[in-house]
Amino acid sequence: MRAQRLRIVLLHAALGAAAVATIAPLLWMVSASFMPAGEASQFPPRLLPSRPTLHHYAALFERLHLGRAFGNSLLLSSAITLISILCNSMAGYAFAKLRFSGRDRLFALLLVTLLVPAQVGVLPLYLELRAMGLVNSYLGVIVAGIATVFGIFLVRQFALAIPDELLDAARVDGASEWRIYWTIVLPLLRPILVTLGVFTFLAAWNDFMWPLIVLTDESKHTLPVALANLAGEHVQDSELMMAGAVVTVLPVLVLFLAVQRQYLEGLLMGSVKE
Amino acid sequence: MSTAARPGPGSRQEARTAWLLLAPALTAITVFFAVPVAGGLALSFTDFDLYAVADPRNARFVGTANYTDLTRDPLFWRALRNTLLVVLVGGPLTIALALGGALLVSAPLTRLRGLWRTLFFAPVVTTLVAVAVVWRYLYHPRFGLFNQALALVGLPPIDWLGDPRFAMLAIVLLAAWRSFGYGLVILVAGLQAIPATLYEAAALDGASAWQQFRRITLPMLRPPLLFVAIITTVGYFQVFAEPYVMTRGGPANATLTIALLMYQQGFRWWNMGRASAVAFVLFGLILAVSALQTWIERRRAA
Repeated sequence: MRAQRLRIVLLHAALGAAAVATIAPLLWMVSASFMPAGEASQFPPRLLPSRPTLHHYAALFERLHLGRAFGNSLLLSSAITLISILCNSMAGYAFAKLRFSGRDRLFALLLVTLLVPAQVGVLPLYLELRAMGLVNSYLGVIVAGIATVFGIFLVRQFALAIPDELLDAARVDGASEWRIYWTIVLPLLRPILVTLGVFTFLAAWNDFMWPLIVLTDESKHTLPVALANLAGEHVQDSELMMAGAVVTVLPVLVLFLAVQRQYLEGLLMGSVKE
Repeated sequence: MSTAARPGPGSRQEARTAWLLLAPALTAITVFFAVPVAGGLALSFTDFDLYAVADPRNARFVGTANYTDLTRDPLFWRALRNTLLVVLVGGPLTIALALGGALLVSAPLTRLRGLWRTLFFAPVVTTLVAVAVVWRYLYHPRFGLFNQALALVGLPPIDWLGDPRFAMLAIVLLAAWRSFGYGLVILVAGLQAIPATLYEAAALDGASAWQQFRRITLPMLRPPLLFVAIITTVGYFQVFAEPYVMTRGGPANATLTIALLMYQQGFRWWNMGRASAVAFVLFGLILAVSALQTWIERRRAA
C-alpha cells in the first residue's frame, strides 16, 4: 500500500515537472510582457515583474498599429472559417450520402493530394493570383483556404452516420435536395462543423508563409507577419516583443481551451482511421 | 463508425445535386491547388526569373538544368543537410517526448488525465511566429533562461543562435517543444485502446513492467506510432517559420532549410524556376521517406 502511494506521488511529480517545463516559456512570456523596459534582461533573472505595467501593450496598439494587424487577422481568419465550413460541409455531405458515378474514385483522388506539401504550389499560385490581380488583397489570402481536403474528409466521415431513411423520408415528402441539405443535414453536422471551424480558424490565424507572400502592404499584414517584422526592428525591446507575442497567442490559446474536447476529438477522428 | 458511403445507383436528380454541392470545393481545390502544383512542375523546367515575372514570354524551357544546377550548388546541399538534421534529430526527439508523456498521462494510477493532456498540447496551438520570438529571448547568450539554467549547474554559456554549431539544435528544440503534444494526444488514444485484460493476463504470468511494455504496449501501439512518425517527419521537412524568425537562415547558413531556400530563391531573388525545382525535390524527399517508413513497418509486421 505504501509502495503504491509512493508510486502515485512519483508519477505525479514527474507529470508536474514535465508540464511546468512545457508551459514555462508561455508563462515567462506573459510575465515579461508586464515588466518595465529592461527588466527581462537582468542578472540574476526576474521571473515576476517588480511593478506590473501595461506600458508595452499601450505602445503596441497606440504607436505600432498592432490593433490593425489584429483586426486583419480576425477578419481573414473568420472569413476563411465561414467560407470553408460552407464549402467543405457541402462537399463532405455529397461524398457521404449522395450517389453519383465516379464518386469513390474522385474521393480517393482527393485523398492522394494530402501527400502534396503546400510549398509545392506556392510559387505558381502567387503568379496565378498576380495575373488575377489578387496579390496584396485580402481575397488573395482567403481563396487559398476556401476548401481543404482534410475538411471534406472530416465532414464525410461524420456524415456517413446520418441515416439514409431520414433523407429518403424527406424526399418522399417532396423536399428539394437543397432544402434537405440546409434544414436536415446541416443541423446534424453541427458538432463536426464546430470542430472543423476551430481547426480552420486556428490554422488561418497561425498561418505565416502565405500571408507573408501575398500581402505586401504593411496596413494589410496579419498579426504573425506584423510580429515577425517588429521582431526584426525591436530586437532589444524584449518586454515589448513579449507583449506582442501575448497578443498574438492569447486569442488562439483561449479559443482552444474553450473547446478543447471537440478539438481533440476532431484531431483523433482525422488521424486514427483504421 | 461505418466507413462506406451509401452504395448503389441514385436518381439523376441526386447526382445533379451532388455535383452542385461539390462545385465550390472542387473548383477551389482545382484552381488554387491542383493547377498551381502542376504549374510548379512545369515551372521547374524553365528559367522563369524576374524578367519572366514582368512578362511570362521571357521564360524559356531549360529541361532539367534547374535540377542539375542544384546538385552543384553548395547552398542546396547545406540546406538539405540542415533539413535532414531537423528530421533525424528532431523527429526521434519529438516522438520520444510524445511517447514518454503519453505513457505518464495514461498510466493506470494517473489522476486528472484530461488536464495533463491539455497542458502538454497547449504549445501545438500557439502561433509559431510568436513562440519563435519568445524562444529567441530564452536563447539570449547573457540573459536567456537556457544559459541561466546552464550556469546553475556550472556549465559555460552557449551562444545558441549565434554559434553555427548550436543554431540548428536550438531550432530543433523549439520545434520539438511545439509539436510533441500532437503525437502525445494520438498516442494517449492509442494506449487507451489497448485492452486492460492483456496486461492483467501478462501480470498473472509474472511479466515485469518492462516485459509488458516490450511485448504488449509497443506492438499494439505500432499503427499510431507510424502515423505520428510520418506526420512529424513530413512537418519537419517543411520547417520554415522558426529559422525565418529566429535566424533568417544564419549564422553562416547554419539554419538554412530547404523551405527557406525555396522562399529566398523564389520571393527574394525571383528565381521561380529554380525555386520550383527546390520545392519538387522537397516533395520527392517527403514522398520517399513516407513510403520508406510505411514499407519498413509493413515488413516488420509481416
